[in-house]
Amino acid sequence: MSKKTIMLGNEAIARGAYEAGVKLSSAYPGTPSTEISEYLAKYDEIYTEWAPNEKVAAEVAIGASISGVRSLACMKHVGLNVASDPLYTFSYIGVNGGSVFVVADDPGMASSQNEQDTRMIGRASHVPVLEPSDSQEAKDFMVYAYELSEKYDTPVILRTTTKLAHSQSAVELCERKEVSDKEYSRQVSKYVMMPASAIGRHLVVEQREKDMAKDAYNFPINKMEINDTKIGFITCGIAYQYVKEVCPNASVLKLGLVNPLSKELIESFINQVETVYVFEELEPVIEEQVRAWGFDVKGKELFTRQGEYSANLLRRVLFGKDEACFDKLDAPARPPILCPGCPHRSTFSVLNKLKIHASGDIGCYTLGAVAPLGVVDTTICMGASISALHGMEKARGKDYIKNWVAVIGDSTFLHTGINSLINMVYNKSTATVMILDNRTTGMTGHQEHAATGKTLKGEETYAIDLAELCRAIGVPSVITVNAFDVKELEKTIKESVASDTLTVIISKAPCVLIKGQKFPNYCKAEPEKCKKCGMCLRIGCPAITKNEDGTIKIDATMCNGCGLCRNYCKFNAIETVER
Amino acid sequence: MTKNIMIVGVGGQGTLLTSRIIGKVALDAGHDVKISEVHGMAQRGGSVVTFVRYGDKVCEPVVEEGQADVIIAFERLEAQRYAHFLKKDGALIVNDCRIDPMTVVIGAKEYPENIIENLKKNHKVYTIDGQKIAIELGNSKVLNSVVLGFAASSIGFSKEEWLKVVEATVPPKTIEINKKAFVCGFEAK
Repeated sequence: MSKKTIMLGNEAIARGAYEAGVKLSSAYPGTPSTEISEYLAKYDEIYTEWAPNEKVAAEVAIGASISGVRSLACMKHVGLNVASDPLYTFSYIGVNGGSVFVVADDPGMASSQNEQDTRMIGRASHVPVLEPSDSQEAKDFMVYAYELSEKYDTPVILRTTTKLAHSQSAVELCERKEVSDKEYSRQVSKYVMMPASAIGRHLVVEQREKDMAKDAYNFPINKMEINDTKIGFITCGIAYQYVKEVCPNASVLKLGLVNPLSKELIESFINQVETVYVFEELEPVIEEQVRAWGFDVKGKELFTRQGEYSANLLRRVLFGKDEACFDKLDAPARPPILCPGCPHRSTFSVLNKLKIHASGDIGCYTLGAVAPLGVVDTTICMGASISALHGMEKARGKDYIKNWVAVIGDSTFLHTGINSLINMVYNKSTATVMILDNRTTGMTGHQEHAATGKTLKGEETYAIDLAELCRAIGVPSVITVNAFDVKELEKTIKESVASDTLTVIISKAPCVLIKGQKFPNYCKAEPEKCKKCGMCLRIGCPAITKNEDGTIKIDATMCNGCGLCRNYCKFNAIETVER
Repeated sequence: MTKNIMIVGVGGQGTLLTSRIIGKVALDAGHDVKISEVHGMAQRGGSVVTFVRYGDKVCEPVVEEGQADVIIAFERLEAQRYAHFLKKDGALIVNDCRIDPMTVVIGAKEYPENIIENLKKNHKVYTIDGQKIAIELGNSKVLNSVVLGFAASSIGFSKEEWLKVVEATVPPKTIEINKKAFVCGFEAK
């Protein structure tokens, strides 16, 4: 019996894993992939965990596959970079129980530091890539991915993009299919990737990809719709929806398998259609292969490699105009900002006051780069704050970093920051590293991690003590400060950057968005005492704005009563009051 | 015919929940529905927009320039930012409140004057002070239900269809006040 419901793309992926009989999933949070694991955690039949990073998650899934069960690892596109080391070799090993990596790309970079295309990594690692175009397909393709994985003895990547991951559409549910565990047998030539085995497996991988490309002509996830034969599109994923919106009568070859490609299928389509456009977001992955086979198609000379596509983009290229009937009005930008009561704001206000540069990292605290706080100078990737600062010191000498610190969140520190800190200890750094410990993985929506004491399933577990961890690896000075104690923070930071001792300062206070907290107080401005000096505005709290006469006001509903503004008011014009 | 709704506002104002309620009402009425949401960094106090599309068969999950039948703006400046997404005769529902973006707070930009008057020159604009009504009802957090109720009459469906979904969506303890808030908004137009 089936039931129709509306589901977020990420929920549908979790449902697909459930229906496919998956027994284990491991992941690190990353927009737009995070909710997959949160939905998976609701199924008692599936062991689901947060790993400290994507490489660990991938390896956990590989181990589970070798032991004979269907397994899953989920990550965002940049997470696959971290997990690409195991991925490339997993491709050689193949699977025992079927195994899928769900990788979410972020065209348009709604919440990412780059715009890479996972299909390229699929090609490079010789791993098949499936790409659904709505929630129903997200669920169905997951089930099919496990069938392919076991049939062809290969890991499979299911690629999604932000629009698919974070849009809801109708899904027909099926029952879970229990899959019995496969027997494990010791096979050195398959599971031990030393040169003698790997040389043999590379041949297997090449043949596997050829076989799959040949068989793909008949895969049901590839769909050929021959309608008007004057115009046709080869497309995949969410871009298919834009084609259907703009040209419902055109012929379409919708590829569900985007790596490897079926030459026979594509040739058959091109032979039936006069003008063929390849319409794919980001890189010309399909287009370049089609052109390499000698076919004449239109593609990236018309459609950008950047950002998300849309129906209007297609209309502009095909018809020279879109559907807009009004001009866009000018409106001051409203970029994302740190929340009222955010402990990062307090730490950054001190760094700003001391005119210290921050080597930054990935998380909400990246927002410390923008005005008015403007302390974060660099953001590269997870964990890079610490290693990049070390590079500066070793390149230019210890005095060069006397006005620098590294800032990194608690979850990011455990992800890959710890490795960089080990390097600092080992190679005699004198730097200051600040762990902005807000007790959660903030940016992605408040996930537990190895230092919070809770698992993804909500069970109690051991909470790693970050200070003890730093001491254990040999950091000579580890100081924990309340993030809202600005006097103590200022003193600690000043002393630490001036000294020649490697210091970790843990600036600690919980994220205001962690559920279950109460904020009994709020800050109230007293306009008659306000001298309009603007000091409180320099902390960039969205709850504080100006009255028409230039005095300040504080929005009581937005304010969480952290009192940071009061600390910076020299005229006692702000008081903390009970709600 | 596909109906296109946009919900725009400032991250944290509850645009996500509003779009899910609209989507559910349309789904219960037997439509094909797609909803597009915003998660992650953009949610942190930034300008946010979500989309609901419903009809016999919906393809793309977003509403584009020139296609919106109804825009529900939870803040004036956000109404101005997205007004060009409206169809020629589309309706613009504005919760008449001002939240200064950081660019304005620090003095780098001016908050535009007379937004509502200017928008009225080209569009059908309906305004409501949702905050005031919510506070009168005794809970400023039911602002969303007030604004949704106000917008509901421009979208369609019966009051009962809406209330059924509001009841099933909001936290159990707040069902009564949210329903009351919805009705206040619904009857304000």
